[in-house]
Amino acid sequence: MGNIKNIVIIGNGISGITAARHIRKRSDDPITIISAETDHFFSRTALMYIYMGHMKYESTKPYEDWFWGKNNLQLLKGFVKKVDTDKKELQLHSGKILGYDILIIATGSKPNKFGWPGEDLKGVQGLYSYQDLENMQIFTRGIRRAVVVGGGLIGIEMVEMLLSREIPVTFLVREASFWDMVLPSGESAMVNRHIREHEVDLRLETELEKILPDDKGRARAVISSGGEEIPCQFVGLAVGVHPNIGFLKESKVDTDRGILVNPYFETNIPDVYAIGDCVQYSEPLPGRKPIEQVWYTGRIHGETVALTITGKRTPYQPGPWFNSAKFFDIEYQVYGNVSNVAGKNETSVYWEDQAGKRSIRLVYAMDTRTLLGVNLMGVRFRHQVCDNWIRDKISIDEAVRNLNKAFFDAEFSDNPLPMVTDQYNRQNPDHPVHMKKSKSFISNIFS
Amino acid sequence: MNPGKIMKYTGIFLFIIAFILSFGLLTMSDYILTEEIINREREGKKYEIFSSEARGMFGRKYEWNFTFINDLDDVFKRTNQHIRDQFWISDETIQKIIDLARKEDEFVFDTSLIEKVFTERNKTNEAKIRYLNDHTGWMDGRGYPDRKNLHDDLVKAQTTVNNNIVYQEGYGDYEIKQLKFSLTKHASQGILLENSWIWFLLTIGMMCLGGMIYALAAYGWRKPGIKNDGIFFSSLKALGWMGIGLGIILTGFYVFIYFYPEYVTNWVILVDPLSRLLNGGEASHWFLYGVLYTLAILVMGVRMFLKYKGNNIQVIRTLSVMFFQLGFAFLIPEILYSLNKPGYDFKNIWPLDYDFFYGYNLDDLMSGGTFGWFILFWGIMLVIIAVPFLTFFLGKRWYCSWVCGCGGLAETMGDPFRHLSDKSLKAWKIERWMVHGILVFVVINTGAVLYTFFTGQGSLLGVGTDQIRTVYGFLIGSIFAGVIGVGFYPLMGNRVWCRFGCPLAAYLGIVQRFKSRFRITTNGGQCISCGNCSTYCEMGIDVRWYAQRGQNVIRASCVGCGICAAVCPRGVLKLENNKEKGRFNGPALVGNKNYDPVTSA
Repeated sequence: MGNIKNIVIIGNGISGITAARHIRKRSDDPITIISAETDHFFSRTALMYIYMGHMKYESTKPYEDWFWGKNNLQLLKGFVKKVDTDKKELQLHSGKILGYDILIIATGSKPNKFGWPGEDLKGVQGLYSYQDLENMQIFTRGIRRAVVVGGGLIGIEMVEMLLSREIPVTFLVREASFWDMVLPSGESAMVNRHIREHEVDLRLETELEKILPDDKGRARAVISSGGEEIPCQFVGLAVGVHPNIGFLKESKVDTDRGILVNPYFETNIPDVYAIGDCVQYSEPLPGRKPIEQVWYTGRIHGETVALTITGKRTPYQPGPWFNSAKFFDIEYQVYGNVSNVAGKNETSVYWEDQAGKRSIRLVYAMDTRTLLGVNLMGVRFRHQVCDNWIRDKISIDEAVRNLNKAFFDAEFSDNPLPMVTDQYNRQNPDHPVHMKKSKSFISNIFS
Repeated sequence: MNPGKIMKYTGIFLFIIAFILSFGLLTMSDYILTEEIINREREGKKYEIFSSEARGMFGRKYEWNFTFINDLDDVFKRTNQHIRDQFWISDETIQKIIDLARKEDEFVFDTSLIEKVFTERNKTNEAKIRYLNDHTGWMDGRGYPDRKNLHDDLVKAQTTVNNNIVYQEGYGDYEIKQLKFSLTKHASQGILLENSWIWFLLTIGMMCLGGMIYALAAYGWRKPGIKNDGIFFSSLKALGWMGIGLGIILTGFYVFIYFYPEYVTNWVILVDPLSRLLNGGEASHWFLYGVLYTLAILVMGVRMFLKYKGNNIQVIRTLSVMFFQLGFAFLIPEILYSLNKPGYDFKNIWPLDYDFFYGYNLDDLMSGGTFGWFILFWGIMLVIIAVPFLTFFLGKRWYCSWVCGCGGLAETMGDPFRHLSDKSLKAWKIERWMVHGILVFVVINTGAVLYTFFTGQGSLLGVGTDQIRTVYGFLIGSIFAGVIGVGFYPLMGNRVWCRFGCPLAAYLGIVQRFKSRFRITTNGGQCISCGNCSTYCEMGIDVRWYAQRGQNVIRASCVGCGICAAVCPRGVLKLENNKEKGRFNGPALVGNKNYDPVTSA
């Protein structure tokens, strides 16, 4: 390669850090990572566990502090105010000017606010950054009730966080059922029940009208779309996030809702790349959204852009979709395409246990009987196996026959797979399938 | 206040009351030494001197055990001084020997000269002659150019003999320790003796009850799921003053039980009735320790059931450690004692059971008939068959988190402190040096002791095998495994001993690392690097480092408790036994077609 390129990454989240690590494996170019949030990379998804007392901030850092120096990754605490792509310079809030040869923008998202009256009061906030966590810790101390707005992943996390500190919560969800724009109705209903089981005041089909202040400029109540006044001292806004690209306004980098990139994460400006939550694909992949704000896609962006920057120009080619979450005590995993409402040619086998706490859904095409996706609640499956199944387009029969291979629950746990097979056979009397028996604990020892 | 809170505080209240009461108990006896009490310890000539020295204490009432023990110490000191005076080899004796050794132009030593010095024949002088002979044998027939050279060698022998007098003829440290304990205990008087059962229930019993009520309130009616809320805000669990205080108390408890049991005889009295019930004899401080240890595992085991309900493997595993502690470590040895058989713990394995191959144990077993030989056979089979084979099939977890007593306590009483283990790379380095160093140490120790056993030679390469044994027993067996091992639970986590010290864990770990079917599988690309797994790994393994790169966790230290998999919010970890092929995999994240494992390494 010869000439040394000065690589600067804005953002020390999973996307930026993954890019930095993978570039470092393939090149010795100087790399600087700028962040205004924290000195070191931490796992954003673990913020809730700090609030709940499961972990300290220190334990959310995936790498020890010596890691960065050892790998010659320079960390710079600072806020980028402006990007001048002509001079190839960044202007920091401190006034410092920083040149670059290659720029990677990985600035993530910001919580949405929709112009509600009172949305900027004290005690009204989203949960995305480390600073949000600090504020939430301050503004929920000693309060009597909180309201959380938004029936998605962050919303339910905020509810769980507040409950862990024994703060009663009213949970406003716009939809008719929790996260029903993603979850099929069975799973969504399961989460509704689970939320209510935890004594959460769950209000479905209810929106936020406005937030009322007290005389000190703090939230004291919300008015719901039904006109009801709900007294509370904290309002969690979890109605989605949007790309954090405000600092690019005056730059020449093309943006829409996010920074526009081609499949190589190249922006309209040479040597400027963008990855992670802040990105909007100019041409989204078939079946996928133009903006993907998930830990895993951020990581894959970082892995991919590192190849391009180090001389192996590579397009974004994620495998079959996957994701996971946890709704209080119910774990959720999804592999492949599972839509909330079955498409025209789609159907599924759905098993749910009697307690209504676990379920397995296998989605398949009606005509070809090809497996399209797997949706799991309270059950763990092997990613590698599901990924292969979906890539190889195996049939639903084949999948049911081999369910054991995918089962990833702990040893000695209750095995629901025979019931899934029964369910399948009831639904498909003309295609009876026998699941291959899993080896017993003893025979497994000797195989 | 809701009923749950009331119950929680009730549990804490009962526990604290019982806890304070049990310390109060230590002052609740009077101590009166009588001739009858010391008579039980009658042994050898020295007893006559001891009993006459002890006479001054007879009938005197002591209100505090430490003044009693202080006086008892003086009695032993005076007794030993008497004995030392009696058997002392004087400088005069040495000079006389030198005079006798004088030849024309040199001094020639001959052991027969020793007898000549002692003109009067009595038992004392015969002993002196014997000791001097033992230590001068190597000088026999030697010639010395001048007086000074012979004098130097003789003084060496004189010093050794004089230093050993109390061990040969008087009361040695170990014997004094034992006697102080039994005399103090037997001299105790007061209400504890008459109502031991009631006091037992009011202290130890009530602590158990309080603990159970608290656990029931904390977890009993909560739904299945991980319950780590507030752990890092807890003073007790996150190195606050309560945690440090508990660490000091636990450490102190171990120091007293191991080294100064005479100060806690009042606690031992409480378990006398239980001891009589089980083995017909009175309780020793080791019996008390066994009772407390077992109760801790049982009560905190119940807490585990409640905390991890809905998680079958945690419940079964906890049942297993409770069973092995209660049955194998506690009841079976007690029953064996009562049948006059060696009280062997059938699940204790060398080198954790470091004295298994000590001469006295081997003598004991070999003279114990078929049963003794069976134990010897069983113990050896555990080391050479059970450890490698079971670890090959199941990983070291079959022992460390299902069977072992140390593991049993760590997994129950230690569970609230599991997150305190150090996860840094540095700690891992220290761990490897320490634990394998101790494995080497125990092998040398056992080798040396066996050498002495088979050859009768007391030293190997100039080092006394006794000395190696004493150092190992004190530093590793007592201080590390006991005092630090449990005392430091609230300070450094519940597996300090298992991780940094246990030589059996080192041995199991070597098998697990290099030849086993066990691994923790990580699930494709599902890890979100949250760090719950690493945080709650009691062995300080940075599980996340493996999980976030999709690599199987294969580590010598992993005890296979399964908590990492339980606390993982995304279903990323699974403990399993599987074919060896593919066990070591590189980074293997799933979900990106362009994923390059080499770049990710």
